Amino acid sequence: MLHENYLKVLYIDLSAQKVRVARREDLYPYLGGAGAATVLLSETIDYSKGVFDPGQPIVFAIGPLSTIFPAVTKAVAMFRSPLTGNLGESHAGGRIALAMRYAGYDALVITGRAAQPVYLYIDSNEVRFKPAQTLWGLGAEETGRLLRDIEPGRGHRSIMRIGPAGENLVRYANVNIETYRHFGRLGLGAAFGAKMLKGIYISGDADVAIRNFPEYNRVYVQVYKRVTETSLMEKYHDLGTPENVLPLNALGALPTRNFQEGQFEAAEAISGEAFAQNDLMRKLSCSGCPIGCIHIALLRHQFGKGYEFESSFVGYDYELIYALGAFLSIGGRAEILHLIHRLDDQGLDAIATGVTLGWATEAMQKGLISSKELGAKLAFGEVEGYLRAIDVIATGRSELARALAEGAQAAAGRYGGREFAAFLGGNAAAGYHTGYANLLGQMIGARHSHLDNAGYAIDQKAGELSDEEIVQGLIREEEERCVLTSLCICLFARKVYDRPTIRTALKSIGIAVTDGDLDRLGQDIYRLKVRIKKRCGFDYSSLRAPGRLLETPSMRGALTAERLDGLVRLFNRELEKIEAPGGAA
Amino acid sequence: MPKILQALGMAKCIGCYSCMLACARYNYRSYSPKHSAMQVKTQGGIQGRFVADICRACVDAPCVRACPADALVQRRGGGALLVKEKCIGCEQCVPACPVQVVYWDGIQRTPIVCRHCGLCVVYCPHGCLEMAVTS
Repeated sequence: MLHENYLKVLYIDLSAQKVRVARREDLYPYLGGAGAATVLLSETIDYSKGVFDPGQPIVFAIGPLSTIFPAVTKAVAMFRSPLTGNLGESHAGGRIALAMRYAGYDALVITGRAAQPVYLYIDSNEVRFKPAQTLWGLGAEETGRLLRDIEPGRGHRSIMRIGPAGENLVRYANVNIETYRHFGRLGLGAAFGAKMLKGIYISGDADVAIRNFPEYNRVYVQVYKRVTETSLMEKYHDLGTPENVLPLNALGALPTRNFQEGQFEAAEAISGEAFAQNDLMRKLSCSGCPIGCIHIALLRHQFGKGYEFESSFVGYDYELIYALGAFLSIGGRAEILHLIHRLDDQGLDAIATGVTLGWATEAMQKGLISSKELGAKLAFGEVEGYLRAIDVIATGRSELARALAEGAQAAAGRYGGREFAAFLGGNAAAGYHTGYANLLGQMIGARHSHLDNAGYAIDQKAGELSDEEIVQGLIREEEERCVLTSLCICLFARKVYDRPTIRTALKSIGIAVTDGDLDRLGQDIYRLKVRIKKRCGFDYSSLRAPGRLLETPSMRGALTAERLDGLVRLFNRELEKIEAPGGAA
Repeated sequence: MPKILQALGMAKCIGCYSCMLACARYNYRSYSPKHSAMQVKTQGGIQGRFVADICRACVDAPCVRACPADALVQRRGGGALLVKEKCIGCEQCVPACPVQVVYWDGIQRTPIVCRHCGLCVVYCPHGCLEMAVTS
């Protein structure tokens, strides 16, 4: 809590429909966010039970700087991932941090399973378990609309909800938040579904007085100016993340047609520039961030003769353009927007869905699976089949659909074609084929995301990189990001929040830390995440990349399994040092 | 004539809330955007448009007329100014506002009324707000 030496944690038991509040002074040194959530997860996770066991927790946490400094807008979710079976971690913005802060909670820990579908209502005075049978089966968009109407709320509201994919336990189902943001990638939506939890409505209606106005205001203004008046974050507002399409394509690092190539002939047509010039309708922000990186396109669709049009507003980003565009050989912007819109409403993760459909397309070409079994005919570049497949997977209508709902890697384990299932460390590969640091980074990262340690950025440094440089670079970056995400700073603002800025911001609200403290915090959180992953059964020593990702030349040319194996071995040696008693990296 | 706040560019709003944060911070020493005299909100959820509930700077302000303690005085150029020490906490100014932009500070037990200071304008990164003189 602001100006207090504890974190206020709300424990919610969906089975008993009871709540409990704890003031945790012991969590205070972890600051909040990823650090506090990792500790709370480690206390409540049941290593002996499956991912959908009612006892498994879902944790949300914000940090001390959340929403009171520019671009500190994220909330961290931690859970046992239905996709990987180990540590699940997702971050999302929107209004959740604002709503949590003024509802008065630093963290939520949700356990149990409701007997009937419910949604949670949380504000500063009460927590209510409300029936959601009527909402069960509805898409994410309509569910959000109804919750907004049903609950007028006095405060700033955040509305989390799942679509049919989460209800049907698709292992990469998302939690949608504020329509255009998501807790994505690792299946938080399925974790909600397993708890019969359709959504969480949080209304932030309390208030917190500033203690040291001159100091706080001075630092706020300084950070605000760095965000809005320097070039540190400009690209995120301008074209947004889709500005990466053309540069990555030029480097041969844009995975195309299920990673068969690193360049897409239609990259120009689906570039950030093309979207901005032709389809961009407006930009939006998360509450408390003056950047406005959320790019919304107008999808205009003719549904009948005689100028009959329907319109939808669809959010787009680089990873979506990669996974549903180049990866599936879809070269039309409207078609990509259509796919995004459909899977958003079903509550599916875009990267995992695109990567899984890419595998399924090739598996179908090779005769490993059939269109009849799936209920959809898949071919690269054919949007209709993909739209149908999204519905089929979200609703689990066939045995094959249910296999695809576990991701390409699991489906390949059953039908064959592992070598072209583009999963790394159990998660779908992100849209960067830059080289070894990217592959290794996603394999070893806590959430197997490019965001864990930014291997793609290490690959893009000039000159040859030694194995030592790659491994050390990845570990150092992941530790530093453990600090940033414990403060819930948006990673787009990572250059704004250098160490001096972090220290002065914390000091202005009465938290004194040294760089040494922050270094140790990053190392501690990293070590704890590794321990949780291992106890869940994750094996760092046997990591391999699918053959396709080595054969298709990357930005740094062809990659060999031998060197990657050597990197995995070197990483494991470093990990031993980190895990040794009293051992720091 | 003193200027008043206008929100004519709300179609450009990205919903960052920097305006409300500035008002709450400078005028009320609060971290919370709820504690701001101007409120940005969505109409029809985030897919709808952002609108700003702002003081319309009445020249013969109903909130001033409703105050039995002369704690709200007519501001030159329009709107009202609060004389905090005179406020008896009766809340009669809140329902008196025809556009419902007099908010209530439950902790201080005083109304939150726009001073038309222009700080929200300074912190808007998208040019949605401005200070203008009206006839």
